[in-house]
Amino acid sequence: MLELVWLIPAFPLFGFLTLLLAGRKLGEPFAGLFATAMVGASFVVSALIYFDLLGMDEAERSHTETLFSWVPVGDLQIDMAFLVDPLSIVMCLFVTGIGALIHLYSIGYMHGDPKFSKFFLYLNLFILSMTLLVLGSNLLVTFLGWEGVGTCSYFLIAFWHTKDANATAGKKAFVTNRIGDFGFMLAMFLAFGAVGSLDYAVINDSALAGTLTVATATGIGALLFVGAVGKSAQLPLYVWLPDAMAGPTPVSALIHAATMVTAGVYLMVRVNPVLGAAADWVPTTIAWVGALTALFAATIALAQNDIKKVLAYSTVSQLGYMFLAVGTGAYVAAIFHMITHAMFKALLFLGSGSVIHGMHDEQDMRKMGKLFKLMPITASTFIIGWLAIAGVPPFAGFWSKDEILLFAAADSWVLYAIGIVTAILTAFYMTRQVIMTFFGKAHWHDNADDHEAQGDFKPHESPPFMVLPLIVLAGLSIVGGLVQLPSVGIIPSEWQHKLLDWLHPIVEFGPSAEERGIGEAIIVGTTADDLQIPLMFVAIGCALLGIVVGWLVYQKRKIKAFEPELLRDGWHYDDAISWFMGNPGRAAFQEIADEDQKVIDGAVNGVATVVRVSAGEARKGQTGYVRQYAGVIGIGVVLLLGWFVVIRGIL
Amino acid sequence: MLAAEVTHAGAGAFPLLTALIAVPMVGAVALLFTQRSRPEFAKLLALMFSAVTGAMALWMLKEFDQSADGFQFVSQHTWIEDWGIGWHLGVDGISLFLIVLTAVLFPLAIVGIDPHHDEKPYLAWLLMLEAGVIGSFLSLDLFLFFLFFEIVLVPMYFLIGGWGYEDREYAATKFYLYTFLGSAFMLVALVATAMLARDDLGYLTFDLVDIAEGSNFAASTGRWLFFGFAVAFAVKVPIFPLHTWLPDAHTQAPTAGSVVLAGVMLKLGTYGFLRFGLYLFPEASVWSRSLWLTLAVIGIIYGAIVATMQKDLKRLVAYSSIAHLGFIVLGTFAFTSQAISGSVLQMVNHGVSTGALFLLVGMIYERRKTRQIAELGGLQKVAPIFAAGFMVVMLSSIGVPGLNGFIGEYLILIGSFQSARWWTVVATAGVILAALYLLWAYQRVFHGEPDEDNASFPELKMKEGLVLLPFLVAIVFVGVYPQPLLDRIEPSVDRLVAHVADNTDIDADPDYTTQRGEFEPEHGDDGHGEDDGHGDEADDHEEGEG
Repeated sequence: MLELVWLIPAFPLFGFLTLLLAGRKLGEPFAGLFATAMVGASFVVSALIYFDLLGMDEAERSHTETLFSWVPVGDLQIDMAFLVDPLSIVMCLFVTGIGALIHLYSIGYMHGDPKFSKFFLYLNLFILSMTLLVLGSNLLVTFLGWEGVGTCSYFLIAFWHTKDANATAGKKAFVTNRIGDFGFMLAMFLAFGAVGSLDYAVINDSALAGTLTVATATGIGALLFVGAVGKSAQLPLYVWLPDAMAGPTPVSALIHAATMVTAGVYLMVRVNPVLGAAADWVPTTIAWVGALTALFAATIALAQNDIKKVLAYSTVSQLGYMFLAVGTGAYVAAIFHMITHAMFKALLFLGSGSVIHGMHDEQDMRKMGKLFKLMPITASTFIIGWLAIAGVPPFAGFWSKDEILLFAAADSWVLYAIGIVTAILTAFYMTRQVIMTFFGKAHWHDNADDHEAQGDFKPHESPPFMVLPLIVLAGLSIVGGLVQLPSVGIIPSEWQHKLLDWLHPIVEFGPSAEERGIGEAIIVGTTADDLQIPLMFVAIGCALLGIVVGWLVYQKRKIKAFEPELLRDGWHYDDAISWFMGNPGRAAFQEIADEDQKVIDGAVNGVATVVRVSAGEARKGQTGYVRQYAGVIGIGVVLLLGWFVVIRGIL
Repeated sequence: MLAAEVTHAGAGAFPLLTALIAVPMVGAVALLFTQRSRPEFAKLLALMFSAVTGAMALWMLKEFDQSADGFQFVSQHTWIEDWGIGWHLGVDGISLFLIVLTAVLFPLAIVGIDPHHDEKPYLAWLLMLEAGVIGSFLSLDLFLFFLFFEIVLVPMYFLIGGWGYEDREYAATKFYLYTFLGSAFMLVALVATAMLARDDLGYLTFDLVDIAEGSNFAASTGRWLFFGFAVAFAVKVPIFPLHTWLPDAHTQAPTAGSVVLAGVMLKLGTYGFLRFGLYLFPEASVWSRSLWLTLAVIGIIYGAIVATMQKDLKRLVAYSSIAHLGFIVLGTFAFTSQAISGSVLQMVNHGVSTGALFLLVGMIYERRKTRQIAELGGLQKVAPIFAAGFMVVMLSSIGVPGLNGFIGEYLILIGSFQSARWWTVVATAGVILAALYLLWAYQRVFHGEPDEDNASFPELKMKEGLVLLPFLVAIVFVGVYPQPLLDRIEPSVDRLVAHVADNTDIDADPDYTTQRGEFEPEHGDDGHGEDDGHGDEADDHEEGEG
């Protein structure tokens, strides 16, 4: 079965090509159903491969399937090859699984759109790219997928391209990501120079064997992190993600929450031996960038009124948690949180899409309220997502966030404090969102005129295509924590850290890890480890604190809401960058372009004028510039030749 | 090193290379005898001659022996015996795909682009241009090369001047004089080269292979001679700051002129550097590499910045060419196998992508009679298929993986990084800018709501689609499966790299200590050359894997 791994990207590729040629003929809803089936087929293949791996010996769970030689020049030999191992197959499972659900949802959401089949064409192309990204056995195949998802993201953000804001947001996402790609590319060049290959196996093995020097490992690790910062929307490059919400909501769920934006985290985990071999400042920087991004984005989320913008900043914040995990060596926790986040954030985004759909394209939460009774399924599932992200046990988010906080505490109490404050804020702003949307007062009556000229505006529950994925994702958000339960006494030991056991050979490399054993070994003996159960209660307390305060502020109105302009405007960070690019940046570019005309071309024309004037003086009445110039040049050539022949005596 | 010239099995029977030059030339002459009142007959005739040339080039591609690194299908005859000038033609991995590209591009340009008036002379000039370009790529004799290199200027001058836009006279004259001035330096240098090489060879010859393999110029002499050639090539490429003729020529040229200019003519410069610069003067090339690398990198960044601010779509593409050719120059003077292979591949890729971009911009002009970005907008809504075609070509130009532009650019950068690290770091930053100016232009032209003038923009016609299709196929094919091209390019490039290494103290240059040596001391102190070191390490890792 392992050698059939190419089927995973092949199905969406086939879907893409079919829709390219016959998408319009298939039309609605068959184009959507067909695209969904293709992703579903990929999921089935992934599952079969997963069970195949499950039956194998732990040491054998790695297989490289080479399709053909892609870029072979001299000692640079890059294959189009896929790596099947526990990590890549976990990624495939959740990418194709959640991808298929979101495809299904889109059939309902995109109903009636004139570009219905084109939407699914892009979605299938995206799944193709994403599976290439996670399956690539070398950095370049991953980069192919990496750029592919970026390009699809550009297409889909600008999907409704007649609106200028959408087009601008798409372009911004692409260009900002390119800044990160700059780092990714340099990392590849450095890796090739150091080990003569771009294969993960070669790079990771040499990092483990110690043949990769600290300087090189630092360079590769730091530069790949630059790439990850761009793709996963971390400080200082996060600015494109909130704008990316201009795309259709299923795109926000699939690309800008569940899958693509987590690619940076995946990449870091994939090369974790390199991070291990790098200078200490690399993981430390990763942890701090993650923690600060988590806190920064959470503060902005507090004051957003657009239902999707809240979730967008929340995504940036949650991605920050994942990088905090990577930086503190909690690779399993990073993947764990990636999976649970994909579940509950996809749920929340799709839920918000259902609300937007039901509210006839209204995204402002101030115009919602009291939707619970009108949209019971959407509301119930959204509430499950809210509890999951807020960190209330036993929902999925609690377990993964708790593990990250545990590792952060073991590393530094400051990082832990930032993480826990962020957790409180998360619970608070999500409570705010739930209340503003589903509870409180109904504000949509007074908008009736805006929306439905024919009167009778009433929000409604969404069609089955949309509701079904919500229910499935809600179920996953409840039980997702089972993937990786902590090693706490009351939990039976065979239920504990399943994911860690599964990923073990990839994330706990090396002799030192062997000595310490597996599991939460790197934190064994730290104070944090001893305090594991008290810390868990602190986390629960913080989640409840955030929820209660949020309830008091927005439901009970006992406390005045605190939503300063500064936070609503995202600390003016994006504005400052836009201003800089638009004013001094643009002026500088214009200046250079003008200089090209004035100085460089001016010099050329100046010389030409001098020649023309003197030649004109010499032969007045003659016309035909070319002849004149050619004559002058011809004389020059003769003189130069003469110089060679006579003075240098060549002949 | 011996001149390894492979005589091809079929070459004796049919002088293929001579025919590649002769057929379009004969076609140009034949067109003169057609009636002016029957343009469609002239077009058919021109198409026939160019199609035959294209077919022959494809046959050559099929018969090309990919294992050989030397010249193939060689045609060598004495021409002017007293001066040692010969009719010496040959094709190797460096020129192969440039010739195929040229021979395929012309029939597409002839069938796909309408000059609107004076079809007969227009087509005759085009065919003559084709003969000149193919001749330049095939010549292995300095004098013959110069001849073709100059012949190319004449038809292009008349094409721009006769069928161009509002400022065509100015642009044509500027183009002609600028490049002609560069050529003057080359003429002096090539005569001097032959004269000086006589001392080493014992006989007077203009034969490239004889001189390159047999001469031994003193360093200072070689540098002067190289400089003479380099000026001509630098203007042709063009390398910053000798580039200002290009935007004018491109903007004013008729569409076919722009397509050919960007598609193949600029490559005469970069090809010249490889064939006549590095091959004839390896010492001088290595000695002056910092200059070229620096100018290349300036060109990449500068071209991109200036492109960003252009208001004229054609001018924007012209400046993007300057940036793209900067990459090719960077790879050329990095002297590594990957970088030069990438440069050769990128010459072809740029020809395809930018040729297609000019074709598309030409179609926009045909429909809207404007090239001003500000006057366009919302075209994707009214012509989605046209927009999709433009998008694919644009992504190729940006260098998105999976399309051809990426493969060339990537090879150039990864190869250059090993020998010219900091230049490459700056050049890689140029990749960000390429996305900026193209996406911004795309947004302004295609996104948004179309105004009244743009709302009636016609969709891509079947005929236009068929002309565009070969470009799109090439863009995707080379991006996904470049191996057939690389396999044919690499042997000749390796031979050139070895030639440069043999004739210079390239290993002693501190810049050439690759990081593999620095970072892996246990391999580094073996004291063997960098090439051996790489091989060993690669083997080690492969063993470790299995």
